[in-house]
Amino acid sequence: MDKPRYSLGYKIAHSDKLSALVFVGPYYVLFSIFIIIAVLAAVLLSFTYFNTIEFPTMSGLKNYVDIVTTDNTFMQVILPNTIKFALIVGPGGYLLSFILAWSLAQLPHKLRTVLAIIFYSPSMTMGVAMVVVWSAVFSGDQAGYLNHFMLQMNLIAEPVQWLQSPQHLMNIMIIVSLWGSMGVGFLAMLSGILNVDKEIFEAAYMDGISNKFQEIFFITIPLMKPQMLFGAVMMIVSTFQAGAIGVQLSGSNPTPQNAGQLILNHIEDFGFIRFEMGYAAALSVILLILVALISKVAKTYLTEKE
Amino acid sequence: MASFNQTKINPQSFHYSQIKFLIYLVPLAIVMMLPIIYIVSTAFKPMDELFAYPPRFFVINPTLNNFVNLFRQTSQSGIPFSRYIFNSIVVSSVGVTLTILITSMAAYGLSKLKFKIKKPLFVINQYALMFVSVAVTIPRFLIIVNIGLYDTFWAHILPLLAMPVGLFLVKQFVDQVPDALLEAAKIDGATEYQIFWHVVIPIIKPALATVAILAFQTFWNNEVTSQLYITNDSNKTISFFLSTITSGSGVAGAGMSAAASLIMFLPNIIFFILIQNKVMDTMAHSGIK
Repeated sequence: MDKPRYSLGYKIAHSDKLSALVFVGPYYVLFSIFIIIAVLAAVLLSFTYFNTIEFPTMSGLKNYVDIVTTDNTFMQVILPNTIKFALIVGPGGYLLSFILAWSLAQLPHKLRTVLAIIFYSPSMTMGVAMVVVWSAVFSGDQAGYLNHFMLQMNLIAEPVQWLQSPQHLMNIMIIVSLWGSMGVGFLAMLSGILNVDKEIFEAAYMDGISNKFQEIFFITIPLMKPQMLFGAVMMIVSTFQAGAIGVQLSGSNPTPQNAGQLILNHIEDFGFIRFEMGYAAALSVILLILVALISKVAKTYLTEKE
Repeated sequence: MASFNQTKINPQSFHYSQIKFLIYLVPLAIVMMLPIIYIVSTAFKPMDELFAYPPRFFVINPTLNNFVNLFRQTSQSGIPFSRYIFNSIVVSSVGVTLTILITSMAAYGLSKLKFKIKKPLFVINQYALMFVSVAVTIPRFLIIVNIGLYDTFWAHILPLLAMPVGLFLVKQFVDQVPDALLEAAKIDGATEYQIFWHVVIPIIKPALATVAILAFQTFWNNEVTSQLYITNDSNKTISFFLSTITSGSGVAGAGMSAAASLIMFLPNIIFFILIQNKVMDTMAHSGIK
């Protein structure tokens, strides 16, 4: 009785195998080569000594042991730098994204669109353009905008070398990163908030929710958890990828007295300046583990109550 | 119930109660925009205004000199400016097109076709969302050298085509296409490929718009490839060339750098503005989990 349906089902299942290969193949071939193999190769290389000229030689755990025991810069400066930077820019940018997205959601469509484009635009100017702007603002001579302004206001007696001085570089990196942090995560949150069913708010107010904070914590956030999680993961990854900033701003790697040195700069320093690829690979592995761990934490926090 | 009036998400029109949000949103928007206004203004500043003391924010006598100098700078190096632009346009358009194609194909496969390793494939992709590409720059370099991509045009494109975020978003979107629709097409005699092309693609267009924006930003802004994987200057892209101008050129180069930045920034923002409506729509429907 079911025969026609069965044979159709069979035909579909059979053709699926071939077409699955055609459809999924291209993506996963490239994915394997440039992501999976690259990660595996990084893990393998991290157990070797490799100077890019001679064939890598096995050195066991030496790189990792060296990172922990002899690389004073890494343990004393770079790791704390990275953690400090990530702790401020990550949650800070995340919170800022949410507050801005939530506020924008209270505005009518046209106004919201214009403001959303403005908030999103800095994340498109990161990289090349960023250097131009921020080095003009924080330029070390009296013609720098900030110096000029502060001299004018008699806040400082002589120009400050913002980008070359170890006390200021990190703070400037944090400000610049926050400025550029309204990226895809921000857009996701915005649409998440806009999509919360209005009737649910209505019901909640009838059930006794009395102010905006309760509304946000008990309704808005729980209902947009997928977008919140997406935003969190994007934020974590982009925070750790933001290594270029310090080097771009100060114009040197390592940054002055390692003040703005993050793990990524350390990897580039060892890999492409000193050509100690094995060591740099070990640092990459540590970075990947760090990102994976923190993403995992974010994931448990944002999915637990479902 | 009276308090419910507080909640006005996605309002239809302007109301004076929205002023409290504008009080902090507008100043913040201005702060966010200042650097971009600065770039535009500086790109058109003549020499004397660039060196002016006290420094001025806005341009008074706009000039195109900075752009002219920029073009001249490249012609000295033997490779015309247009060559870099051409390279970038080719890389970006081929890159965006291929990214959309392979991403939507993979998303369709993972969502609607039946085969054994479908689940693990998607899980691996989810882990790859956390992937920090710079962390594996070194092995990637070795892979590119070993498969013969070093110093070729494809080195710009192939390594960036697999975009885990893109696959993730599009797959969630394809999940929402009802199976009944596909079965109906199948019974009408459509092949898997026809269904994909004529039924699925039109429905997921908004999702593809998002991927297009992300991909465009990735390819257009990418300077690492030119820096590490390309040695032949005539195969490098505009973003790389501009980064060489902006680094360490001092005040004299500031006008040129700003002109360069403007050239980099404009395509991004235009692309985004053109498709942004669809993007926000996509995110809304993706139901990311």
